[in-house]
Amino acid sequence: MGKGEYLFLLKGLQWTLILSAAGFVCGMLGGLAAALVRTSGKQYLERLAAAYIGLFQGTPLLLQLFVVYYGLALYGIRLDAWVAVSIGFTLHASAYLGEIWRGAIEAVPRGQTEAALALGLGYMSRMRDIILPQALRISLPATIGFLVQLIKGTSLAAFVGFTELSRAGSMVSNQIFKPLIVFGIVGAMYFAICWPLSLLGARLERQFAASAR
Amino acid sequence: MRRDASPQPWEARVNYAFDFEPVWRGLPDLLLGCIGTLGLALGGMVIAIVIGIGGVVLRDSRFRPLRWLVMAFVEAIRNTPFLVQIYFIFFALPLAGVKLSPTLTAVIALGVNGGAYAIEIIRGGVESINKGQIETGLALGLHKSEVFRFIVLKPALRAIYPSLTSQFVFLTLTTSIASAVSAYELTYVAKRIESDSFRSFEVYGTVMLMYLVMSWLIMLILNSFSARYFNYPVK
Repeated sequence: MGKGEYLFLLKGLQWTLILSAAGFVCGMLGGLAAALVRTSGKQYLERLAAAYIGLFQGTPLLLQLFVVYYGLALYGIRLDAWVAVSIGFTLHASAYLGEIWRGAIEAVPRGQTEAALALGLGYMSRMRDIILPQALRISLPATIGFLVQLIKGTSLAAFVGFTELSRAGSMVSNQIFKPLIVFGIVGAMYFAICWPLSLLGARLERQFAASAR
Repeated sequence: MRRDASPQPWEARVNYAFDFEPVWRGLPDLLLGCIGTLGLALGGMVIAIVIGIGGVVLRDSRFRPLRWLVMAFVEAIRNTPFLVQIYFIFFALPLAGVKLSPTLTAVIALGVNGGAYAIEIIRGGVESINKGQIETGLALGLHKSEVFRFIVLKPALRAIYPSLTSQFVFLTLTTSIASAVSAYELTYVAKRIESDSFRSFEVYGTVMLMYLVMSWLIMLILNSFSARYFNYPVK
């Protein structure tokens, strides 16, 4: 592994981070919408959100990427490959975060909603000021856990030919014929990003468990 | 950065006519692929549970480096993508003198990956057992093996069953990544049909729904099993 190969891998790492950030940030917006619709109390809306979440949790991320990637092309939408892939990750993340946050919203004690209703707060204020801040706290460990899953998931963008860290690894490995060293380094790069996040998630979980007692 | 191997998909095809004929023609192959997928998942899960039980035993070992090794294994697997793991194993096995077909390699990779998660799940189950109940059982004159079967094993199994079920579904979805080393499973079959027909959306859309049906069926079967065998009252 020469300097050029390392730089190439770092370039791939950069795209992995961009994809993860795009998918996570957009997925947070979509996930919030999905969670609010899922807990809206309107039965047909709740079913719609449940179907969306079920579809994306019951199928492989790889196939979701394929369908979104080739599906967008069918409609003649011309996009950069990284935007097309990011849309796939956004839809995926929206479903998972929607389910995590639905659980968190439902875990906020009912009394909170009743108190807010008794105070005459409207839906917006009730959610923004009372329910969501508490739900966010409850959901934080699981949300971080999903972020780690998403970062690992961006490796699947390699299947549609997008050169992020994993595909950069395959390309370097094909060039220098040292697959174990190259994939070892690639794995270590993913580990360096994901492990601190996992530790943070585990620590928050312990803290919440201790404070709940 | 764009795809370079196959033709650019980003051409305007406004009047696209769906054609499911290649999917229909490839249906027998796709169904065989489903069986391949379920086989991979099942084989992987068996290895995962074996690794999980072994890992939990080693994790409680008095020999400290062994404990660290298990923890390092769990963290390494859980914080790296499966794609990188399967590539690594795919190239590492022949170097270690083990020559296996891509499909068997994929089963091993799935087992190793699932094993790391199984260790965490099973550990949670073991820790959920109330030590006082074991002592009570012994004090009531139950044999050690009876205590293990009725007081340790069954409640622990019930405690971890839901997590193991979702882990199994997740492993089934993960098998799609094994197509990277051309293991025989549904996504691999789909890729072949796609490259013959160029009906990417139709093929992958159908296959995505096939995965959905498979994960539903797995959930349905495993949940009905647990409803029958773990139906005694909790408290």
